[in-house]
Amino acid sequence: MNATTEIAEATHTLAVLVDDEPGVLARVIGLFSGRGYNIESLTVSSVDTAAHLSRITIVTTGTPLIIAQIKAQLGRLVPVHSVHDLTLEGPHLERELALIKIRNVGEHRIEALRIADMFRARAIDSTLESFVFELTGSPSKITAFVELMSALGAIEVSRTGVVAIARGSNLDMPVFSTLEVNRKKAKQPAGKKAQKKV
Amino acid sequence: MATPRTPHTRKPDAQMNGAAIILKALQDQGVEVVFGYPGGAVLPIYDEIFKSNRIRHILVRHEQAAVHAAEGYARSTGKVGCVLVTSGPGATNAVTGLTDALMDSIPIVCLTGQVPTHLIGNDAFQEADTTGITRPCTKHNYLVKDVTRLADTIHEAVYVATTGRPGPVVVDLPKDILFAEGPYYAPNGNAHPSYKPQVKGDESAIERAVDLLAKAKRPIFYGGGGLINAGPKASKLYAELVRLTQAPTTLTLMGLGAYPSQDRQFLGMLGMHGTYEANLAMYNCDVMINIGARFDDRVTGRIADFSPNSTKVHVDIDPSSINKNVVVDLPIIGDAANVLEQMIKVWKAKGYKANAKPLEKWWAQIEKWRERKCLAFTEDTSIIKPQHAIKRLYELTRDRDTYITTEVGQHQMWAAQYFGFEEPNRWMTSGGLGTMGYGLPAAMGVQIAHPDSTVIDIAGEASYLMNIQELSTLAQYRLPVKSFIVNNQWMGMVRQWQELNHGGRYSESYSESLPDFIKVAEAFGGVGLRAETVDQLDDVIMEMLETDRFVLADIMVKKDENCFPMIPSGAAHYEMLLGPDDKAELETSENGMVLV
Ligand SMILES: Cc1ncc(C[n+]2csc(CCOP(=O)(O)OP(=O)(O)O)c2C)c(N)n1
Ligand SMILES: [Mg+2]
Repeated sequence: MNATTEIAEATHTLAVLVDDEPGVLARVIGLFSGRGYNIESLTVSSVDTAAHLSRITIVTTGTPLIIAQIKAQLGRLVPVHSVHDLTLEGPHLERELALIKIRNVGEHRIEALRIADMFRARAIDSTLESFVFELTGSPSKITAFVELMSALGAIEVSRTGVVAIARGSNLDMPVFSTLEVNRKKAKQPAGKKAQKKV
Repeated sequence: MATPRTPHTRKPDAQMNGAAIILKALQDQGVEVVFGYPGGAVLPIYDEIFKSNRIRHILVRHEQAAVHAAEGYARSTGKVGCVLVTSGPGATNAVTGLTDALMDSIPIVCLTGQVPTHLIGNDAFQEADTTGITRPCTKHNYLVKDVTRLADTIHEAVYVATTGRPGPVVVDLPKDILFAEGPYYAPNGNAHPSYKPQVKGDESAIERAVDLLAKAKRPIFYGGGGLINAGPKASKLYAELVRLTQAPTTLTLMGLGAYPSQDRQFLGMLGMHGTYEANLAMYNCDVMINIGARFDDRVTGRIADFSPNSTKVHVDIDPSSINKNVVVDLPIIGDAANVLEQMIKVWKAKGYKANAKPLEKWWAQIEKWRERKCLAFTEDTSIIKPQHAIKRLYELTRDRDTYITTEVGQHQMWAAQYFGFEEPNRWMTSGGLGTMGYGLPAAMGVQIAHPDSTVIDIAGEASYLMNIQELSTLAQYRLPVKSFIVNNQWMGMVRQWQELNHGGRYSESYSESLPDFIKVAEAFGGVGLRAETVDQLDDVIMEMLETDRFVLADIMVKKDENCFPMIPSGAAHYEMLLGPDDKAELETSENGMVLV
């Protein structure tokens, strides 16, 4: 047996907790490009400002061996705290936010609104010949909505990529220091905190 | 890192400028020697070096050589190697060395100068995006933008470079940070909040591994550079376990010295230019215990036919090495020394004995392979055979305290085949990257660490020209490094591939216009010697060894000798070419041709 044996590829959603420091995203992206792995979607944002932690959600495809390699390679980066394979670890939620601008007039405009209503998309901007819809949901729901809109006019789409979290009460990647520091801050007189910053 | 990870709760030990903080931190980390080259961006550090005398600075002649020297220093001592270079070209010149250290897992801390923080991004004079350029060729890197983080960053850099799977770490230092006054914090043992490599192996996996070993009929140990990185203790434990189990062992190029070469249980190096017995034992074994090796393509040959019928155990400190090239049955994450200790304990606790009957059969088979004498070569009475040159060098240095470095090419493989190593840390070679020009600066670093030992760079004439400027460093520090130039007047390894794979069209592989190495030696202040015939060889070697200055021994060898045994690219272990007469039997396959 060997690593190149052909086995079906599958899509995995990885959650990665990293130090929020310059270059960390470049490190993760460089790893994927340097080793020839796929990135279908990547989102990142700070989740714990006090502990300087960011959470990266990566959607990638590969054989089980490649996925295991990706996780091991990510885990080996010095600023990476933990890597969770949400796809393997159990049921999880995936959501994406999209902003869709559609330009059209007449009947198509009304149809667009009707479909938006069905998808629970909100119109958050409007002119006489355009709407901007805001929609959250699974990536496939958003794709379906975008396809329908494209039949009704010229469109522009901005999507965030997937964010994901495991279902259930377990906190696999807890964020606590924000809270701790907030609590400490609350106890401290304001002047002292300001002083410390200087 | 721009932002402090956690607010400082410790009290600083002292206030000083950034340059002084760096030197103090290095000193507190036990760094005694820095290999470097000055320039505008690092002048404040050089000023501190001048004032303090705390750290010995070795002035190289090219930044690439600084890194290789630090590698030689690190690999021969087990300590971290330290490098200091300026911004821009200083940093870019260091890139080859950093990549080399990454590929061979050598602990290096490389300090690079940088333009002042307010100029970063402005294409300032001698600005390069050093953290960007070195991100893929370091284990980790830092840009220090806040002097209060400086001391901890240096401590952390040493910690990251030396723990887990070692590797190079770059710390990029803007010039204003070097001037800024800031707090010095001593190391507090709390080096990194999240980077904590697993060093102890999983108990139940270890039990299963030992069980497999005890029941094996045709076991083999396959040890790699990880054994060397885990410290001399790992090699001792490795030998103990190999002897307890009576199993044969082979070693990779990077692992040579981890097991005594003269021992009966050692089958020699494996892989592309490994021995017949090692490769066939790997192919035919039923249980393979890999300790600290990474199933490199130079070792496995054609993956599909790599040891097809064995149960494979893989011990490695780096989880990403597991199942990367070869799927193994039992992975164990941990430090080689720890895991070996655990394995020996289990072996003894369970009262296991070497599996005498099947082992006897296995050894009988191995002895048959050994009888092929794959490293035999036809001696010549007048022309020096390169293999003979290295064999004699080995025999004439056996009672000495010797360290060997190499360049890259045929001579490197011959050195691996014909020079025996009885203990770890004696053999320094560029394995993963295969960097021509590694050997001379690496030897320099070794000699700095071991001033009274015999340090020899086994070189090819083409490689030697790649960092020949370092002869000037040898002269300055009176380093009696011996260069043993196996001079075939060809880029021999390139010529060999062109002969085997490209119809003998020797495109650009002749070492044209070589200098007179004797004159070169003399010009730099050393001693030049030459051997042109077999009967001159021993005298030249002895004279080289007895000279207490640096020596270039120009050994004129047979020009068109090829390096055998050889597994052609893309072939399997059982498809070895044993000598020139085998050549016709096996053409390199089309798939193999594209491989490097
Ligand atoms: C920096 C670098 N450039 C190119 C190569 C490719 N290469 C591998 S071996 C070799 C020839 C080495 O010639 P020499 O040093 O004379 O050693 P020989 O093979 O003749 O013993 C070359 C060019 C390399 N390994 N490193
Ligand atoms: Mg040559």
